[in-house]
Amino acid sequence: MRALVWHGKEDIRCDTVTDPEIEHERDAIIKVTSCAICGSDLHLFHNFIPAMMPGDIMGHETMGEVVEVGGGVNGALKKGERIVVPFTIICGECDQCRRGNFSVCETTNRNKALAEKIFGHTTAGLFGYTHITGGYPGGQAEYLRVPYADRTHIKIPAGMTDEQALFLSDILPTGWQAAVQCDIEPTDSVAVWGCGPVGQMSIRSALLLGARQVIAIDRIPERLSMAEAGGAITIDFDKESVVERLNALTDHKGPDKCIDATGMESHVNMAQPATLLDRAKQMFMLESDRPHVLREIIYVCRPGGVISIPGVYSGFSDKIPMGALMNKGLTVRTGQTHVNRWTDELVRRIEEGQIDPSFVITHRVALEQGPEMYRVFRDKQDSCVKVVLKP
Amino acid sequence: MNFLANVARSKGDPKIVSSGPSVRTPADRMARALGWFSIGLGTVELLAARRLTRALGMRGREGLIRVFGVREIMAGVMSLSVDKQAGLKSRIAGDGLDILALLAALRFDNPRKGNVVLALLMVGAVTMLDVRSAQDLAVQHDPKRGRRRLYPDRSGFPKGIAMAKGAARRLPSRAAAS
Repeated sequence: MRALVWHGKEDIRCDTVTDPEIEHERDAIIKVTSCAICGSDLHLFHNFIPAMMPGDIMGHETMGEVVEVGGGVNGALKKGERIVVPFTIICGECDQCRRGNFSVCETTNRNKALAEKIFGHTTAGLFGYTHITGGYPGGQAEYLRVPYADRTHIKIPAGMTDEQALFLSDILPTGWQAAVQCDIEPTDSVAVWGCGPVGQMSIRSALLLGARQVIAIDRIPERLSMAEAGGAITIDFDKESVVERLNALTDHKGPDKCIDATGMESHVNMAQPATLLDRAKQMFMLESDRPHVLREIIYVCRPGGVISIPGVYSGFSDKIPMGALMNKGLTVRTGQTHVNRWTDELVRRIEEGQIDPSFVITHRVALEQGPEMYRVFRDKQDSCVKVVLKP
Repeated sequence: MNFLANVARSKGDPKIVSSGPSVRTPADRMARALGWFSIGLGTVELLAARRLTRALGMRGREGLIRVFGVREIMAGVMSLSVDKQAGLKSRIAGDGLDILALLAALRFDNPRKGNVVLALLMVGAVTMLDVRSAQDLAVQHDPKRGRRRLYPDRSGFPKGIAMAKGAARRLPSRAAAS
């Protein structure tokens, strides 16, 4: 089969690889019908996430049709069914899964020892990601083996299109979780840093959850226009001071709830020397993340407010203003997304027409064009916001 | 490489049969080559500064050569990073400093001025490569490439923003409990 394979920094190729096989009785194989490139795939493209290995198949936003099931799936899936595959692999049986903390499933990471060394404890296995989270082959391919398939799936209701369903795999529940963990109240101003796909989903989620106003911060015109279309007030940080404008929009109180949908690769800006220093440190491996947005959020967030971090951070961040964080009494909530905790509700909301996540798709291409689309997406060329690949 | 890559896979994982073309462009490869060249040259300048000053008739300038060595290594690391353009720009600036230092050594009383001329020619050639590579990368990474368009009609709310606002509002827990 063909698959997008990581060969090194900025080197992804469309390779011919052997077909996946049922390895365990709870496995299933799907024929991929749609998959997408995620912002966190770019962290892998840039080799900012440690423990990638040449030969790793990319992709964790995948859906398709079940073509083979192992003996232990016990009727939970049948051949021919259409499913979305959540990016977190879950057993459904461990203590964390029973609590709904699916992204920290204690069972599915097949490189637990490595995760325990780095994180202190294991987290769930993830598709198409670092070997710290199991090194499972990803879904930017023609076929995908789904481990623990009896639990690691979301069934697609009849009548729902691929493009409506695909983002249940990651960005929709990620944006939703980011907003839910803000505990939004009707009087709240919610500010979202980063108008990439997760930022866009966070904006819509905050609006659905009833925020008084949603403020979106970015610098890319097409992303800002998409945020505005979703009901957000926009701030172009190339043209105006984020802190001043946020204070102006919130009666100088600061936003009650702040969402960091940017993560470890904050934009580097000549006008902000701290971002240059972060980039230099990252280049010389003195710091793994560029936490400019996080610092700004801590500075501007209203005392007593909530900071929600769906953006990916990989390791170590310098100069986090802990004094402000502590003295302002801010609550920080973060984590990889507990996808299956939210998907029943989100499927219903899509079916009811409350939201249609396909709005974010700007590019639809064949799998073979995937490597080039990594470049286009990274460089924000051709007004690219979200790429869907059709194997 | 494929053999090594396949060693790390589990039994059921797909293995590479044949590789497609790399997404790295000639400009990327040139930037990487220049990055490694920069690190190599910087290491030589750092470790063999005395030999270099002797060969160029620049005795007493060992400290300057070592500083240039550190600069070369830093530019090399930058050229190998995701920010290749910044690395190449710093290399071009460094090439300028190299040329100035060599021109200063091009005196009539320098018995090694032949070596200085040779070094100047080499630096000139590498500068041309640096400039060309930086130009190619600038074109390649230009965010203005492709069609520019805005998305003012993409709300994501099939029933409109007014209907969507607060549609998923949760009841306060106390109210829910009562």
